[in-house]
Amino acid sequence: MRSEHLSNRPAQLAELRIRATRIRDFALKMAAVQGQGYVGQALGVADVLAVAYFAALVYRPADPSWDGRDRFLLSIGHYAIALYAALIEAGVLPQSEIETYGADDSRLPMSGMAHYTPGMEITGGSLGHGLPIAIGMCLGLKRKASNSFVYVLLSDGELNEGATWEAAMSASHWKLGNLIAIVDVNNQQADGPSSTTLGFEPLSDKWRAFGWWVARVDGNDMDAVLSAFDAARALPDAMPRIILCDTLMGKGVPFLEARDKTHFIRIEPEEWAKAIADLHAGAAE
Amino acid sequence: MTRLRTSAMIASLAADGQKVTTAPFGHTLARLAETRSDIVGMTADLGKYTDLHIFAESHPDRFYQMGMAEQLLMASAAGMAREGFTPFVTTYAVFAARRAYDFIYMAIAEDRLNVKIACALPGLTTGYGPSHQGTDDLAIFRAIPGLVVIDPCDAVDVEQATEAAANHVGPVYMRLLRGHVPRVLDDFAGRFEIGKARLLRDGADVLFISTGILTMRVLEAATALSGDRIDAGVLHMPTVKPLDLAAITAALQRPGRLIIVAENHTTPGGFGEAVLAQAALHGGAAPMRQIALPDAFLDAGALPTLHDRYGISTKTIVERVKAWL
Repeated sequence: MRSEHLSNRPAQLAELRIRATRIRDFALKMAAVQGQGYVGQALGVADVLAVAYFAALVYRPADPSWDGRDRFLLSIGHYAIALYAALIEAGVLPQSEIETYGADDSRLPMSGMAHYTPGMEITGGSLGHGLPIAIGMCLGLKRKASNSFVYVLLSDGELNEGATWEAAMSASHWKLGNLIAIVDVNNQQADGPSSTTLGFEPLSDKWRAFGWWVARVDGNDMDAVLSAFDAARALPDAMPRIILCDTLMGKGVPFLEARDKTHFIRIEPEEWAKAIADLHAGAAE
Repeated sequence: MTRLRTSAMIASLAADGQKVTTAPFGHTLARLAETRSDIVGMTADLGKYTDLHIFAESHPDRFYQMGMAEQLLMASAAGMAREGFTPFVTTYAVFAARRAYDFIYMAIAEDRLNVKIACALPGLTTGYGPSHQGTDDLAIFRAIPGLVVIDPCDAVDVEQATEAAANHVGPVYMRLLRGHVPRVLDDFAGRFEIGKARLLRDGADVLFISTGILTMRVLEAATALSGDRIDAGVLHMPTVKPLDLAAITAALQRPGRLIIVAENHTTPGGFGEAVLAQAALHGGAAPMRQIALPDAFLDAGALPTLHDRYGISTKTIVERVKAWL
C-alpha cells in the first residue's frame, strides 16, 4: 500500500518513521506478553519493514491473498514477531491479537507459518528455504503474466545455507526481474557474530558475481532504505535485485542497542515498560 | 562361469520378449498436460533420465530445467504450487530422499502443497552402488505426514498413478520406472487407485503382500510355485502411504496360509515393516516372512546378479518360499 508522496519526500520519510516506531511498539508489546522474543531483530529490521509495507508493496489489507498483490516472503521465520507488527500496522492483522502472541491456538506463533497467519506467504524457519521458494513464485508469476514483485527477507546468518546460493544462481539464470531480496545484516546468529561464525564478506561482490543488482545501505537510515527500494523497483533490467541492509539490533531503544549482542537479547521483566517508554521518548526527539 | 557386466545407469527390468511401454510417465504427463494448463514439469538435470524429456518436447514452455540443485528444485516447486500450478518434479530417489528432504518436508508437505515428486532409480534398479540406489526412500518419505507414497509395479501402474497423482489434491511421492518398462497389469482386472490394494491373484497356501516391482516378481514366483502345487496369491499394494489397512487386516483373517511381505527396499522402515506393524496390531495368528533388501550398503554390479544376491529375483523368491513352507 504505497502512499503518494512523490512530491514531498520529507513528509514521506516522517510518515515512515512514525510507521517504524509503531512497528517497534507492537513488537515490544508482543514480546512483553511472552516475556521473551526476538525483539533485537524486530527493532533492528523495523525501518526496512516500514519501507516495504508503506512505500513499496502493493496489497489490499482486507484481502491478503488477492492475486494482484506483491508477495512478501519471510524466510527467517523467527522474525515473525517483526512481520506481525508490520502486518498489524498495515491493517492486515487486528491490533487486538497482540495479546495472543505465542499463545495456544493463536494465529501468531513464535515462528512464522503460512497456514496460521493472514499475510504470511510461506512457512519459514528452516533457514535457506525462502529464496528458492521465491524462485518458483517468480517463475509462476511470469507464467501468469503478472506484474507482481516477490520480496523475500533473509538474514546474514541464513546466507550460510547452501540452498540460498543455488537460488542465487537460478535467479539470474532465469532473469528474474520480479525478485527483490532483502538481507538483514545484523552480524548476529545463534552462536555468535556472523562474521566469525562463517565469514560472509565481501557481500556485495558475491551477489554481483552471481548476476544480481545490488544495493548496500544502512538499514536504519530511512532515507537510504527508501532510495534502495525505489531503485530496486524501478530498475528496467531483467535481473534479480538485492538490498543488503546493515542494521543495529535493538534499534530505537538505547539500553537495548547498548546491551551485549546475542541472538536472543535478554530483557528482565521490569524492563519492558522502560523499553516501550524509551522507544517513544526517542521517537519524539 | 560368465561374469555379467554392470549395465548402463538405468538397466531395463524387462525380461527378453516381455511386453514393454517406453517412457510411460513422460507420455502420460504430456497427455495430461493437453487438458491441464496448471501442469508444469521441473527437473534437476535429470530430465532425460526420468522420461521428463518427453514432456519437455511436447510442452517446452512448461518445462523448467532447474540445474543440478535438488533443494532449489523442491523449494521452487513449492513456490510454483503456491502460485496455483501443479508441478511434477523429477530427480533420482536418492537425491530427493537424502539431499532435499527438509525442502520436501517443510516447503512442500507442511502446507500440503500440490507438488508431485517422481523419482527414478528406486530401490535396487541400478548397479551403480549406494550413491544411486534409492533403497531407503520409502522409509524416509513414509515419515512425512500427509504425503502420498506410491511404488508402482509396471508401466500400467506408472500411467495410472501419474494420472491419479495429477488429480489428487496434495503432495505425492512416486517411485518412477523409466525407459522400457514392463507391462504386466493389463492382464488383471481393476486399476490403480491411491490408497487401494488390489488382490491380483488368490491363494490358499501363501499370500504375497507386495509393492513396486516386487509385485511383478511375486506374480512370476506364484506361477512357478503352482507347478509345485503351491497355491500362492498376490495382494498388490502400490500405495505405501496411506496404506490400505483394511485390505491387510482382511487378508490376515484367513487362516492356514503363509503371509510374505515383499518390497524393493531395505528392511528398516519400509513397506514390509508397515504391513508387519498392522499385522501385529490387528492381524490374526498367520505366520509371516519378509522379502526385502538387507540393511546394508549394497554392492555395485550387474542387476541380475544383485537381484539374486539380495533375494529379490524370481528364482530366489521361489527357493525361499519353498524353504519356508
